[in-house]
Amino acid sequence: MNRHVAWAALAATFTASAAFAAETAPMDVKFDDAGGVEASLTGQPGDPSKGAEVASTKSLGNCVSCHVVSALDASFQGNIGPELNGAGDRWSEAQLRGIVIDAKHTFEGTVMPGMYKTGPFIRPGDGYTGKAAPADLPPILNAQQVEDVVAFLMTLKEE
Amino acid sequence: MTLRFSRTILAATAAFALSSAALHAEMADDELNINGDTPITVKAPAASHLEGHLDEVYSGWLFRTDDTRAMEQDDFDNPIMIFAEKGMDNWSVADGSEGKSCADCHGDISEGMKGVRATMPKLNAKGELWSMEDYINDCRTNRMGAEAWGWDSGPMHNMTVAISVQSRGMPVNVTIDGDAAPFWEKGKEMYYTRYGQLELSCASCHEENYGNFIRADHLSQGQIQAFPVYRLKNAGVVSIHNRFKGCIRDTRAETFGVGSPEFHALELYVASRGMGLDIEGGGVRP
Ligand code: HEC
Ligand code: HEC
Ligand code: HEC
Repeated sequence: MNRHVAWAALAATFTASAAFAAETAPMDVKFDDAGGVEASLTGQPGDPSKGAEVASTKSLGNCVSCHVVSALDASFQGNIGPELNGAGDRWSEAQLRGIVIDAKHTFEGTVMPGMYKTGPFIRPGDGYTGKAAPADLPPILNAQQVEDVVAFLMTLKEE
Repeated sequence: MTLRFSRTILAATAAFALSSAALHAEMADDELNINGDTPITVKAPAASHLEGHLDEVYSGWLFRTDDTRAMEQDDFDNPIMIFAEKGMDNWSVADGSEGKSCADCHGDISEGMKGVRATMPKLNAKGELWSMEDYINDCRTNRMGAEAWGWDSGPMHNMTVAISVQSRGMPVNVTIDGDAAPFWEKGKEMYYTRYGQLELSCASCHEENYGNFIRADHLSQGQIQAFPVYRLKNAGVVSIHNRFKGCIRDTRAETFGVGSPEFHALELYVASRGMGLDIEGGGVRP
């Protein structure tokens, strides 16, 4: 392996683990009185285009199963929740982060699932297999994916 | 001070964009009359135990597309009738060490099984809550000397469909008081439990959101009076417990098994939410 590549690989590993160390774990998230979360979970800016993908992918955020988001070209968008068009005008970034992490702190009793939450759950499963979850069940989205979705939501402005 | 957004305020805001009447208008305004001679009640005032939860109850049939609804109007177009015929053929075939058929004891299926589906599930003589599948297997193992059929096996599907057809147009008639009450209470508790990593209860989808779309799926009230149903997606028959199993799995939960005590209790409770509706004897679903 040439030395240049080896250095790059080492640097990449370092950045990844540094980012990981700075992450806020699901249990340590602090919500404000209105259900918002001020601090970024990773300290890294979110990537709106990755966030758009998380929002339209079933195994990830699957936001389109319940929300119409006109900016996404996913077919058959649902209407369990309100349209997200203009969400970036209606809510602050902190409030959106809180809604994505666990919307129950903003909307009491809501059906919207907590995306960055590891429990307690009643009979948690291993994804959509119907089988019991592993002991270390990961949240539906990881910390950076939450930041990416929040960044994407911030781009949703009324024309 | 906490500043939570109350559901009522949100609902009021949402009402500007989409009135709930408009949402429910997405349900078909249609009547089911199988073969033009068997009218089926698909819409009825809710039973008193649902007060505060539902005003009216609807068959899942009303939430299906024109094409799918049409298939249930006529037995020639309803794929489940092939399974019903196989079950009726088997009705008079002797099986097991006693050399007996169902017909030997129950007579003609149209008489012997009339109204039976409408009362299921119900308590047996020992006070256990049994579904139709349990009664059938009890006759097979204890009265015919034959092997039990698997809950979701071909012969079991055929027989449960054949028996359900004999209750077409008869109102759901389950007993929920007396010794059945503890089972009903347990089923009710399950109905409102938010299972899995998605933390969704049956009510989250089928009570709070019927009429709405979850992705491409038009949510119904999750009633079971049309079961067993033919699902176009699997090109086969789906039992009540199998449907429950899939719905709980889809909340990213560890689901329960068909024939489990939990699903027996849930079946009784869900059946009771359909009081007022008629047995369809073989629904068609996407
Ligand atoms: C199971 C359905 C469901 C899923 C999946 C879902 N939501 Fe929601 N969401 C809701 C509901 C319902 C509300 C309305 C709050 C309430 O009153 O319960 C809501 C509210 C919101 C709001 C505030 C609404 C507004 O006025 O803009 C935002 C933002 C939001 N969701 C974002 C998301 C994002 C992003 C995802 C994917 C990561 C997502 N939701 C996934 C059901 C869902
Ligand atoms: C040897 C006689 C016998 C045979 C053969 C038999 N059964 Fe039964 N079956 C009974 C008796 C007795 C009962 C209990 C009736 C009661 O308690 O009211 C019963 C009950 C049932 C019930 C519940 C009826 C109700 O109203 O609760 C069903 C369903 C049933 N049998 C289906 C079948 C099927 C399907 C077969 C063939 C695979 C079959 N039986 C074969 C005698 C028989
Ligand atoms: C995430 C949403 C969701 C949850 C939670 C859910 N279901 Fe469903 N269920 C569906 C969808 C989607 C369908 C197919 C469309 C329809 O009929 O609503 C369905 C269909 C059904 C049907 C078939 C109805 C018919 O007429 O064909 C029954 C019965 C049912 N569900 C029962 C339940 C029960 C009982 C629970 C709780 C254990 C439950 N569901 C939880 C989404 C859900």
